[in-house]
Amino acid sequence: MAERGGNEVVIDLAEETLRTANTRLQSLNGTREGVRFRIRNPGGVHALACGLDAPVHVEIDGHAGYFCAGMNQHADVEINGNAGQGVAENMMSGTVRVRGDASQSAGATAHGGLLVVDGNAAARCGISLKGADIVVKGDVGHMSMFMAQAGRLVVLGNAGDALGDSIYEARIYVRGTVDGLGADCVEKPLGAEHESELRDLLGLAGCNGVDPRSFRRYGSARQLYNFKVENVGQY
Amino acid sequence: MSDSIEERKAGSGWGQRESHSFDRNTVHYIHEAARTGLYRIRGFGAKRPIPSFDDLLMKGASMSRYPLEGYREKCGTDVTIGARNAKNPIRLRIPITIAGMSFGSLSANAKEALGRGASEAGTSTTTGDGGMTNEERGHSTTLVYQYLPSRYGMNPDDLRRADAIEVVVGQGAKPGGGGMLLGQKITERVAEMRTLPVGIDQRSACRHPDWTGPDDLAIKILELREITNWEKPIYIKCGAARPYYDTALSVKAGADAVVIDGMQGGTAATQDVFIEHVGQPTLVAVKEAVQALVDLDMHRRVQLIVGGGIRTGADVAKALAMGADAVSIGTAALIALGDQDPALDEEYRKLGSAAGCWEDYQAGNDPAGITTQDPALAARLDPVTGGRRLANYLRVLTLEAQTIARACGKSHVHNLEPDDMVALTVEAAAMAGIPLAGTNWIPGREG
Repeated sequence: MAERGGNEVVIDLAEETLRTANTRLQSLNGTREGVRFRIRNPGGVHALACGLDAPVHVEIDGHAGYFCAGMNQHADVEINGNAGQGVAENMMSGTVRVRGDASQSAGATAHGGLLVVDGNAAARCGISLKGADIVVKGDVGHMSMFMAQAGRLVVLGNAGDALGDSIYEARIYVRGTVDGLGADCVEKPLGAEHESELRDLLGLAGCNGVDPRSFRRYGSARQLYNFKVENVGQY
Repeated sequence: MSDSIEERKAGSGWGQRESHSFDRNTVHYIHEAARTGLYRIRGFGAKRPIPSFDDLLMKGASMSRYPLEGYREKCGTDVTIGARNAKNPIRLRIPITIAGMSFGSLSANAKEALGRGASEAGTSTTTGDGGMTNEERGHSTTLVYQYLPSRYGMNPDDLRRADAIEVVVGQGAKPGGGGMLLGQKITERVAEMRTLPVGIDQRSACRHPDWTGPDDLAIKILELREITNWEKPIYIKCGAARPYYDTALSVKAGADAVVIDGMQGGTAATQDVFIEHVGQPTLVAVKEAVQALVDLDMHRRVQLIVGGGIRTGADVAKALAMGADAVSIGTAALIALGDQDPALDEEYRKLGSAAGCWEDYQAGNDPAGITTQDPALAARLDPVTGGRRLANYLRVLTLEAQTIARACGKSHVHNLEPDDMVALTVEAAAMAGIPLAGTNWIPGREG
């Protein structure tokens, strides 16, 4: 059952199925309508608020399961809880904010938009990233940004092992420690251009007081872009 | 040792004896490995002899079964795929589909030709690793969109404009291996579609980035269905690694159709050692996949599409008789477009190959203009002509399969059954689960 509370449409998943909830959320796809939805009792349900394609605002009061806000286009999705595996996977545009922690593969393959995780993100955060931006206020797990092609990851905490393994043109900024860098990932100088984009990203994530100069930048050494037999030991 | 010097100079003739273990190909392999320190990456598919559908025979009909009249009585060929869960299952006029092949590995003209040919013949074609092109979508009446580990070019708009979705777990030429597209084929357009720099060797992941195992995949499929309003049939494609369990787990994960690709399946670029030594023959793949579906009471409810070395209408008929709902062709479709054309033999020879032997799909210098991104070479393939050739070929396959089905007394190609076949060899009997001709013996089966 959905109810309208003021200008807000309330969807209660204790009384409604995932299918009807998503149908309701997707009903504005292709339009410019900016309706606000509030989802109650999500109960960790999977594939919630995925496939949105309109500038709607969706606020989820509780924990979301796998692939929440998957393939998002234009929508602003806020999860007042933790998010399961693959939150905002393959996002094209819009914003997804996780107020708690995110499980593994957060923002996987995302092409555009912004993912903000207030807590920690588990392993493989930003795996195969294709252009989106991710800001994690806590730590990220191992193999984050594995094979990331484009886009940016900002980590205010620490990063696990094999960060940026086989990375392409994506950029990584970490304020804390890095357990280890993956193949072909190296530390690079933090120039004015990078400070500027970091400041913008931190601002978008609501971290205005954080000094961009407190971060280290990592990216590709571009030594493994073409196969060379002398690099075999790197893999 | 009484040979004269002259006799010794003339030789005994034994100097021409080639070793089976160290034949000329093996010697060449060792020399190249020693010279370069690199393993061979190539296209095409397995070239070693493998028990195949050629090792099965159809029985036909006589007194115990009566045939249908070849030019009078109907023999249906249509197939519906995806009715298990999808609101809009796809309906094909023929049970022969075009396998996934990427734009990038193939030229845009080749992709367009595949779409044109498939559409004319009433079947589907499939995207590949690298996303959907407008040429392909525009010329394909029924287009299956591959959902691959790399997710190159993956976007929800293309997902929604597809007619079906194929989650690719693996392919027959390299079950367990990721994709590969070497730098010489990464042009600006290909690079842009894949969000990669121009000219680099592009390696696609071998595992999906956001799910692991069938339990996760079930949730991924839920997401894909939720995004596409439960309209699209969802296939799962696996290379023939452990076909029984791969099929069973695909069904558990929620597949509407399972695509199993035997080791004879082709590739645009893979290590030779992978192509020749990893995976199981298509005969094994069909038998085990069908058995899994039967055991789950899902045979004909979840459709089985079989690929890997399908060349003739006889292959089609035999795969269907073993229990497949449809087959897919890749390499054969490229040959139909003009790959390996004897008229290009001189050009193949300049490249150190010959028409019929060409396997350097990875190199990007295909004289036939199919496996290339070179504009001048790609322009050699007229997509209209190529499409017509493919449609002709698909018609021949269909007519041949119908001919065999009618001869076995079947009014639909799906009525072909294992009992319509015998095996020519012990190996084929064991692999396909079909009795050796003249016996009731199926090696490995009790009783």
